[in-house]
Amino acid sequence: MQALYAQLLVGLINGSFYALLSLGLAVIFGMLNIINFAHGALYMMGAFVAYFLLNLGGINYWWALLLAPIIVGIFGMILERTMLQWLTGLDHLYGLLLTFGIALIVQGVFQNYFGSSGLPYAIPDQLRGGMNLGFMFLPVYRGWVVVFSLVVCLATWFLIEKTQLGAYLRAATENPTLVRAFGINVPRMITLTYGLGVGLAALAGVLSAPINQVRPLMGADLIIVVFAVVVIGGMGSIMGSIITGFALGVIEGLTKYFYPEASNTVVFVLMVLVLLVKPTGLTGRAA
Amino acid sequence: MKHSISAMLLGTALALGAAGGAVAQDKNIKIGVLTDNSGLYADLGGPGSTVAAQMAIEDSGLAAKGWKLDLISADHQNKPDIGSTIARQWIDVEKVDIFMDVLNSGVALAVNNIVKEKNSILIDTGAATSDLTNAQCSPNTIHWVYDTYMLANSTGQALVKAGGDTWYFLTADYAFGHALERDTAAVVVKSGGKVIGNVKHPLNTADFSSFLLQAQASKAKIIGMANAGGDTTNTIKQAAEFGVVSGGQKLAGLLLFITDVHSLGLKVAQGLNFTETFYWDLNDGTRAFSKRFSERMKNKAMPSMVQAGVYSGLLHYFKALEAMGGNPHDGAKVVAKMKEMPTDDPLFGKGTIRVDGRKLHPAYLFEVKKPEESKAPWDYYKLVGTTPGDQAFRPLSESACPLVKK
Repeated sequence: MQALYAQLLVGLINGSFYALLSLGLAVIFGMLNIINFAHGALYMMGAFVAYFLLNLGGINYWWALLLAPIIVGIFGMILERTMLQWLTGLDHLYGLLLTFGIALIVQGVFQNYFGSSGLPYAIPDQLRGGMNLGFMFLPVYRGWVVVFSLVVCLATWFLIEKTQLGAYLRAATENPTLVRAFGINVPRMITLTYGLGVGLAALAGVLSAPINQVRPLMGADLIIVVFAVVVIGGMGSIMGSIITGFALGVIEGLTKYFYPEASNTVVFVLMVLVLLVKPTGLTGRAA
Repeated sequence: MKHSISAMLLGTALALGAAGGAVAQDKNIKIGVLTDNSGLYADLGGPGSTVAAQMAIEDSGLAAKGWKLDLISADHQNKPDIGSTIARQWIDVEKVDIFMDVLNSGVALAVNNIVKEKNSILIDTGAATSDLTNAQCSPNTIHWVYDTYMLANSTGQALVKAGGDTWYFLTADYAFGHALERDTAAVVVKSGGKVIGNVKHPLNTADFSSFLLQAQASKAKIIGMANAGGDTTNTIKQAAEFGVVSGGQKLAGLLLFITDVHSLGLKVAQGLNFTETFYWDLNDGTRAFSKRFSERMKNKAMPSMVQAGVYSGLLHYFKALEAMGGNPHDGAKVVAKMKEMPTDDPLFGKGTIRVDGRKLHPAYLFEVKKPEESKAPWDYYKLVGTTPGDQAFRPLSESACPLVKK
């Protein structure tokens, strides 16, 4: 039984990453109608920016949490301005192909210069050590990841669903022409939204840097699972992607305990089941 | 009718004769480096193996003696089906004479079969499974650098002797992990230890915390990591995080490469014991080669034992071909010649190739230095022990290889 508690908690930690990443994807899909396959590469860039800030600029983890999302977010906005914006109104497939191509290029460039085994990034001193919870030893850093990403997820949900700015955003997705008629700069808002989604990915990258190696392929390995999370939660649903992210982390954690061999396929099995029963996803709206 | 048949027979005979005559004069060699160029093993083999092959070609001096050497390389993406397709295409279309590197045991076993069927040559320097020279041995394959039996024998025995008598295995769920766990468990039991559990994780896993918690709960003194590359570095890093080592359990890196240690950093990797058959800082020969190698690498990395093996294996192959006066394009024949000749090169020293295809050379037990002991970049290992070549690998008396006459 004790082992089970521990696995639940570990699942929650992994769920934090799924939630943060699928949230960014959901925001981008919901507002821009783009299936952002470059998300994994941007997550990886977040981790690398944190690494460069520390090793080239001497800038610590806490600043990286703020700066890396901004830097990668700006990179994302440049992508949106120069490439993605021309795809508005076209079939989803074009956006998917373009972002997939961008992901391959970005990963290829990083791999060329940094190899595949990755670079070390140490846990910040303030978050070292761990607590003995009785049923498991919880590293402080992992606890921090869960709390921090939960806060970020809820803040994003609040921003989009409950504020004036969020209302503009949602209106602009429904009917861009009308919203433009009210004097709102819709293209700029879309660019900023893409920047926000990308920033979330970069933030997840910084959070994961001390846990995993900073590797060029860290995003490629994760992105497929995250897409499954988004599909299960319902494309474009903000709260759906947050809840599914955490829930699937837990389910995966339990699988690692009961039948470890299936731990990297369980998410996809669930995806198939959900698609068979409810094709719009658990919380998705009908297209 | 009679006429045409005899004419045909004559024609065939002439063609065969001509082909036979041309064989001895043929001085073309095509080398294929089949490896993981982009995944979790790319740093320990990958592009570095191609650099090592290029260096072997240049250092052999064969081009100046009128030989024509070609080198190609491909990425098998750690998938046996992709590796097999490339292997067939290389043999049938590209006319590749010899396969080098071929890391990943799953891919290696698949390619091993194709190479045997098509009478080509495989010098495997990257895959770990000891099956390549045991049940799956072939007259066309030489296993050059290391294998799971040797790793188990050296690291496993040393750890049990040092008091680590209860083991829990964390195993990569494919041919390599299974072989390494099997061979190590056998050594542990033979040396008086006990295996109390295992967990199999999928290849290329990012998060090991669930598995580490299970290992922790087992209370085994040693957690044997029967995995490699990125999987091992993630395990070690996360084990430190979860207090596995500070809790009194010891991690056993059953297969670690210098590129893994570099990636982890000494702070995390210090104190780990593991076995390799090559280290850049062993002697003048290894240092000279490694310096040249590192200058040609984009990230200035020192060679891993896999990459060093590509260089050493190719040099021996070239020597055999020179001794034969030409390339007969007959895999089994060339491999037989290679087994006849003793091996000698600056990287692995003097050695031999056994009848089952096992290349013999010493195995070194290393310990990773503490950060303050490291004097220069890539100065990572302390030599703890050496097992001579004839004792390091599986004895022929235990072999299940059909090539071994009993």
